[in-house]
Amino acid sequence: MVDMRINFAGVEFKNPIVTASGTFGFGREYGEYYDLTKLGGICVKGLTVTERLGNMPPRIAETPAGMLNSVGLQNPGVDAFIRDELPFLKSLDTVIIANISGNTVDEYAEMAEKLSNADGVDMLEVNVSCPNVKAGGMQFGTTTDGVSAVTAAVKKYSKVPVMVKLSPNVTDIAEIARAAEGEGADAVSLINTLLAMRIDTQTRRPVLHNNMGGLSGAAVFPVAVRMVWQVASAVKIPVLGMGGVMDGDNAAEMMLAGASLIGVGTANIVDPYAPLTVIDALGEYLAHNGIHSAKEIVGEVILN
Amino acid sequence: MPNRYICEITASERMTDTAFAMTVNCGELAGEVHPGQFIHIKCGEERLLRRPISICRADADTLEFVFEIKGEGTRWLAERKPGDRLDILGPLGNGFALPESGNIIAISGGIGVPPMLFAAQSATGGVTALLGFRDDDKVILTQAFAEVCDTVRVITDDKGYVTDLLEEELNNGAHSAVIACGPRAMLKAVAEICKRHNVPCQVSLEERMGCGVGACLVCACATQIDGKDHMRRVCKDGPVFNAAEVVW
Ligand SMILES: Cc1cc2nc3c(=O)[nH]c(=O)nc-3n(C[C@H](O)[C@H](O)[C@H](O)COP(=O)(O)OP(=O)(O)OC[C@H]3O[C@@H](n4cnc5c(N)ncnc54)[C@H](O)[C@@H]3O)c2cc1C
Ligand SMILES: Cc1cc2nc3c(=O)[nH]c(=O)nc-3n(C[C@H](O)[C@H](O)[C@H](O)COP(=O)(O)O)c2cc1C
Ligand code: FES
Repeated sequence: MVDMRINFAGVEFKNPIVTASGTFGFGREYGEYYDLTKLGGICVKGLTVTERLGNMPPRIAETPAGMLNSVGLQNPGVDAFIRDELPFLKSLDTVIIANISGNTVDEYAEMAEKLSNADGVDMLEVNVSCPNVKAGGMQFGTTTDGVSAVTAAVKKYSKVPVMVKLSPNVTDIAEIARAAEGEGADAVSLINTLLAMRIDTQTRRPVLHNNMGGLSGAAVFPVAVRMVWQVASAVKIPVLGMGGVMDGDNAAEMMLAGASLIGVGTANIVDPYAPLTVIDALGEYLAHNGIHSAKEIVGEVILN
Repeated sequence: MPNRYICEITASERMTDTAFAMTVNCGELAGEVHPGQFIHIKCGEERLLRRPISICRADADTLEFVFEIKGEGTRWLAERKPGDRLDILGPLGNGFALPESGNIIAISGGIGVPPMLFAAQSATGGVTALLGFRDDDKVILTQAFAEVCDTVRVITDDKGYVTDLLEEELNNGAHSAVIACGPRAMLKAVAEICKRHNVPCQVSLEERMGCGVGACLVCACATQIDGKDHMRRVCKDGPVFNAAEVVW
């Protein structure tokens, strides 16, 4: 038996697989398909201080081995989440991560306080990397000053471990990760989606109503592996790696690059059972290679 | 419960130059479907996203759907042969709420016609089917409708619009509900006509989808309920919506 447990920033995960924010709603929908307690953790849809309706459709475009989305942080707001969704999530024996996005540093702080005081949130994921809203998110995540300011504010108010979600839309992601670590972030997660665009050649119009959106899925996997490796090499805090993980071998590869936990996002959209398949296949990979504990492969890439 | 099924294709028939009727064998799935619901079909490994297709008919063991070749995914589907297997997620979405009694009008246009057959078949009261097609070559399923409806009226674009028939029918007699499926412009017109005639109307909408199960929020439809805006999910809250709530 392989020991799949991972202690990540002081939080105990039963296995390394976490569902990525925005691809898993608040869990209920996939709960119709399987027992959610099989998951290492659930990261919920990005929350904002007040309700957001999101962007107009079309919000999705297919690409070779991937997809663009421009949902635009549609969510009921943090208070409604705590009231209507958290009790269900809390009842599940799995780690619950609340993902937050703000327009201002104060908004991040306000949500951090509310959510970390609400019973049931085990960890915060601070989204400074959403490419789909004009104000909020990515404008903080693309500069070290922005990331430092948000991280410091969230750390000040949060009672639970704080993970900062990094944007791949930067020149030097390691520098941004160090800024988060410098302000006391307990972990970092990456990557969010890559800013992208598709145009219908017949109509000459962008496929997405929002013109641009975020690329995810297998297409981004090699970029994500590279960035996870760069970040894991640059910081001491643990890394949750995601971006195009579609199967167990992808998960193993990203762990070798330095990720302790693995986020599964777009794969859910293709197959509701994807996270379970990834958990099983990762376990098989480890067993097959004579590895007794999942944590043993984290960062164990042998460089040339 | 919705689930993922690997189903065998038992029949595939070309209906027009671009439309195909396909039957798959899947008892568990076929036994649970309601009119207006859809299935989400993986169209080959080359394409990441599943394609949503409405259910046209179902019996104890088999399920039939009709689709039109629009792009790469539906082209791939059209090339499948009996004996091939399909990866299907379903049944998904909220179907039509068919009234317990009274006569209904089922109005549809183009590739919106097939799902109305399932609804017409399942209705308890009388059904008047109004079917609109681009031209004579595109006309499908009229015989099947005739078997389950009291009245079937077919119109092609050169002679007029299916919404003209709706006006006539509503002027002629009382109906407890109108159900509709077709292009958005048609549905919008149907919604306006029903509002004017004060008849409850349900429309089946289309939107580009990801998960199909309600989790990714890409399939948004703007609706308004009691003056408040809501973005609802075509895949989970729909695809059938109360026409009066849709922000056209
Ligand atoms: C609830 C629902 C029920 C449907 N039922 C039927 C049916 O019974 N018969 C039928 O022929 N068609 C139906 N459609 C439309 C069908 O899903 C599209 O024609 C199909 O997805 C096109 O795929 P493609 O790869 O051939 O086209 P492409 O243009 O190559 O597809 C590119 C992407 O856009 C999406 N897309 C393109 N057109 C549509 C559309 N009209 N609606 C939603 N997504 C679209 C595709 O799914 C894919 O993700 C339905 C759509 C919805 C939302
Ligand atoms: C439809 C969709 C919605 C998303 N919404 C959010 C979000 O609200 N907050 C966030 O931090 N990331 C969001 N993401 C990004 C994912 O969490 C993830 O970082 C990214 O998609 C890369 O992983 P993947 O390739 O496995 O999907 C979203 C991604 C998708 C596809
Ligand atoms: S397609 Fe994912 S929520 Fe509707």
